[in-house]
Amino acid sequence: MITIVDYNAGNIRSVLRACGEVGAKAAITGDPEAVAKAEKIIFPGVGAAPSAMAYLTKTGLDTALTEAFRVGIPILGICMGTQIVLESSEEGDQKCLGLIPGRTVRFRLKDKRLKIPHMGWNEVKVVKPHPLLEGIKGGDEFYFVHSYYPQPADENNIYAVADYGGDFCCALGYKNLFAVQFHPEKSGRLGLELLERFTKWEGEEV
Amino acid sequence: MLSKRLVICLDVRGDKLAKSIKFAETKDIGDPIAKARQYYEDGVDELVFYDITASRENRDIRIHMVEQAASQIFIPFSVGGGIRSVKDATKLRNAGAEKVNVNTAAVQRPKLITEIAEAIGSQSAILSMDIRRVNPTREIPSGYEIVINGGITPTGIDALGWAKKGEELGAGELVINSIDADGTKDGYELKLTRMIADAVGIPVIASGGAGKPEHLYDALTEGRADAALVASIVHYGEYTCRQLKEYLHGRGIKVRMSY
Repeated sequence: MITIVDYNAGNIRSVLRACGEVGAKAAITGDPEAVAKAEKIIFPGVGAAPSAMAYLTKTGLDTALTEAFRVGIPILGICMGTQIVLESSEEGDQKCLGLIPGRTVRFRLKDKRLKIPHMGWNEVKVVKPHPLLEGIKGGDEFYFVHSYYPQPADENNIYAVADYGGDFCCALGYKNLFAVQFHPEKSGRLGLELLERFTKWEGEEV
Repeated sequence: MLSKRLVICLDVRGDKLAKSIKFAETKDIGDPIAKARQYYEDGVDELVFYDITASRENRDIRIHMVEQAASQIFIPFSVGGGIRSVKDATKLRNAGAEKVNVNTAAVQRPKLITEIAEAIGSQSAILSMDIRRVNPTREIPSGYEIVINGGITPTGIDALGWAKKGEELGAGELVINSIDADGTKDGYELKLTRMIADAVGIPVIASGGAGKPEHLYDALTEGRADAALVASIVHYGEYTCRQLKEYLHGRGIKVRMSY
């Protein structure tokens, strides 16, 4: 059973539907107790870091997620959920969950023809093997919509990058946490396959 | 680097797929959800559901159909037709649409674009423009005029000016529908597409007139579009998504090939 964290951050039913498509049992909840006791957690979301963190703090979901991470529950972060597992975000200079050292930064693009947000299909290049990225090969593309991206302090935590005016981290991993900047639930077959691998992942560190 | 996108538009009337020629003579051609699933599996990058009668008949878009589509296709899709308020936009987004298209209502009340962008994000607020070629005048210097109500009512508004204003108001993307090219299969209105693409900093989707794979190539190169929208040529089975993408890929356009 996958617990999808509801924290008032955009439409997360698409994640639920995608789980259904790969035959995974999943449920949406905003209850911190349910999150702390989950078998597996997907932490999705779109929006802005300050309002997301404010909601997590107010509801106690911040503590629940931190506790879930500490006890080894496999966690998959998506988009905003990925950005706020780091220590801070440049967006509103916001302190975040700090499950992994590093910060979330805004694109600084020299090429003015490149637009922000970075929106659309972009190739994802695996730079370090991880069970959740198995089978992804050169040229495989995933769907992105974002203006900020995660920048782990330790390069060893970077598992995949994407090129948009230079390579940026689009998949990071640390212990039982794996987090992606793109949207697997909107990335067609390749995205669904990633979710399917998550259903089988026991959170083992690589 | 972002890939260029192949977008398929499903014009829906009631719960049927429809196709028009120059915005008139519509006929039903099948079940839109089944078609959407088929295109999704065949590698389309994005889908647009356009309720072509919603605006004219002042009718709410069919939330139920959006939900059904969202449970069948796992790529971004947008919905347009009859969206008049932030409430409409939010309802559709919550039903599973990634983006919403506004057209007539935005011309009548431009602030709608800003309101939607603020509520669900600029990237989800798409301005769709139906455009007809006219003789340039002082009012319409570009020689392209905005037409509303599903291609029925001319507005006297210059298309280039409206495109720029749409960007300023917060639109995250523009759909350039050429009424003159719609359904002709003679190719996109390249001059119009390029004129707008060069003038704005947001992505532009070329729409109307695709008849051959070369037309898509032209729109994405000469027309400077970020995406090419097709309808008839895939609905009637003349080309599959895969064929179109293989053609573009073969000619050096970066498109998503693994799906």
